[in-house]
Amino acid sequence: MKRKRLLRGFLFGYLALVLIFIFAPIVFSIIFSFNSDRFPTIPLGSFTLKWYETIWQDPDVWEAARNSLIVSLSVASVATFLGFATAYTDYRYRFKLKPLYLALILLPPTIPLIIMALAMLAWFAKIGLAGQVISIIIAHTVLTAPFAMAIIRLRLSQMDASLEAAAWNLGADQWRALRRVIIPFCRPAIISSFCLTAAVSFDEFAIAWFISGLNKTIPVVILEIVTGNIDPQVNAIGSFVFLTSITLVVIAQVVFMTRNKKEKAHHG
Amino acid sequence: MADALVEFDSVVKRFGDFIAVERMNFTIDEGEFIAIMGPSGCGKTTTLRMLAGLEVPSEGEIRMQGRVMNMVPPHERDTPMVWQSLALFPFLNARENVEFGLQMRGVDAVTRKNKATEWLDRLEIGEFAERDINSLSGGQKQRVALARSLVTEPKILLLDEPLSALDANLVIRMQSMLTRLQRELGITFVYVTHSQSEAFAMADRVVIMSHGHIAQIGMPKDIYRAPQNRFVAEFVGRNNIISGRVNSITGKLVTIDADLGQFKVQLGAGQKPAAGDAASFVIAADLVHLTAGKPKAANSIECSLISEEFIGSVVTLFLETPDGSEFKVQVQERELTDMDLKHMGRVFLSWAPERAHFIGDA
Repeated sequence: MKRKRLLRGFLFGYLALVLIFIFAPIVFSIIFSFNSDRFPTIPLGSFTLKWYETIWQDPDVWEAARNSLIVSLSVASVATFLGFATAYTDYRYRFKLKPLYLALILLPPTIPLIIMALAMLAWFAKIGLAGQVISIIIAHTVLTAPFAMAIIRLRLSQMDASLEAAAWNLGADQWRALRRVIIPFCRPAIISSFCLTAAVSFDEFAIAWFISGLNKTIPVVILEIVTGNIDPQVNAIGSFVFLTSITLVVIAQVVFMTRNKKEKAHHG
Repeated sequence: MADALVEFDSVVKRFGDFIAVERMNFTIDEGEFIAIMGPSGCGKTTTLRMLAGLEVPSEGEIRMQGRVMNMVPPHERDTPMVWQSLALFPFLNARENVEFGLQMRGVDAVTRKNKATEWLDRLEIGEFAERDINSLSGGQKQRVALARSLVTEPKILLLDEPLSALDANLVIRMQSMLTRLQRELGITFVYVTHSQSEAFAMADRVVIMSHGHIAQIGMPKDIYRAPQNRFVAEFVGRNNIISGRVNSITGKLVTIDADLGQFKVQLGAGQKPAAGDAASFVIAADLVHLTAGKPKAANSIECSLISEEFIGSVVTLFLETPDGSEFKVQVQERELTDMDLKHMGRVFLSWAPERAHFIGDA
């Protein structure tokens, strides 16, 4: 009994340390974003919203925020659509080269980001698409579609195998069954996948840095500010980015988990 | 042929090299309750899925009211199905589930709601109409599934082992509900099951399938008392099967030489074995007499008791015959208490020739 409690205490301590390790820099960044001193030192200066005002008035930051928003929303829409289409194809059809098909779809996340970013840059330069917002959207879609596919595929694997046939049996043709049964069943996964792909795209730096050219996204602007000088503006932007991403991720988790729990609870 | 609702004409279904259904010929009449029964993998579910258009026959024709249905897609048929898993839509409530089929047929919202409510009330689950599917019990879900299939007023209802997930008491209640419903509606029920008690309790006719073939079609009583072949005899009920050769035939009485001795069996209509033919006969466990002394009956075997299985008023005894095979006897529990079986050791089993049923193919 005593050993068990000791072990529990140890594991809790370990978990706390891991979380501190991950979140301490973010927490400090948020704290310093409200600090009046130019340099991040302790003791802190007075409370200020100066840095937020600076970025509020900075047209470059606005431009980047606008780009990031357009990119992440477009990426989330296209990647989720592609993810659904590929997952449904996998669920519904049997064909000879299916393992190859799956491997090909799930390949992009296994490629090192830098390699992928360079390859994308070379390719876009060749076809005359480099440095545009659309090129970041394409590149991020390639990167995130596999995540969308994995999430929706997991949901489809939980579906009663007769559900779609039941819809046909009651007079729905294939399209109506898809619209009225498959998509509603997958809705939690579709929402999660939309939020997660948006979050990944919103945060992504490496590919965006290589490809964006003059159409910078937020992470690219942050790097540019940091490389220039030490500027607490970065803390303010960082806090904003963190808040956006974490909100999206939490929504994704909550939507997906509650649905599963609800369905499981009544199966006993 | 005017009454035939569905005709299977030499229907074959292959999956790759596997033959699921082989040259199936039978008809389903309008308004009858037909059960298709057999062990798993016998082709019964494939047969049902072909009726619903979920599988396309590899050969032959399926006709409904004279129309060839082979290539008609599922959504253009009027063959609703109650699924083994129920396959209710979890994101819709009970009433919305029932309305689904009507909505697909373009029925307007008011009529839809009225009809759904009417059917939910009829199946005694009106009070759960607005409830989430996952919050209903097994029996309630079953009724929603039935209402969903019947709301479009089809001519035929397909049921794929719908009661297999329910507990025994509920199964009995649902059985009587289904038979009552079928009588009232007067529509055709095609009921697939592996459960003999379900099939026999509800169906007007039973189709027994084995390895994609029809082993026998008939009324439950005929299948129970007069199995046409060894498969049906073994699959159905507590039958004892004895095999041997035909020794002689006198009138309607055939004498069979078996390892256990000589037995007399009365032939059924149309059965014409020849002397020397391999032959078997079936004697049902509940038609055997049990006596302590050697009886004067035409057929008897001396056995020793191995074990007994007690289910309420009926007891099944497992006995060992002189050649080491098992023999089952069913007796009323109260008859048995008079006999003091435990101290008898050996007993005699006997039956009259007309109680046994002759099977041609051994």
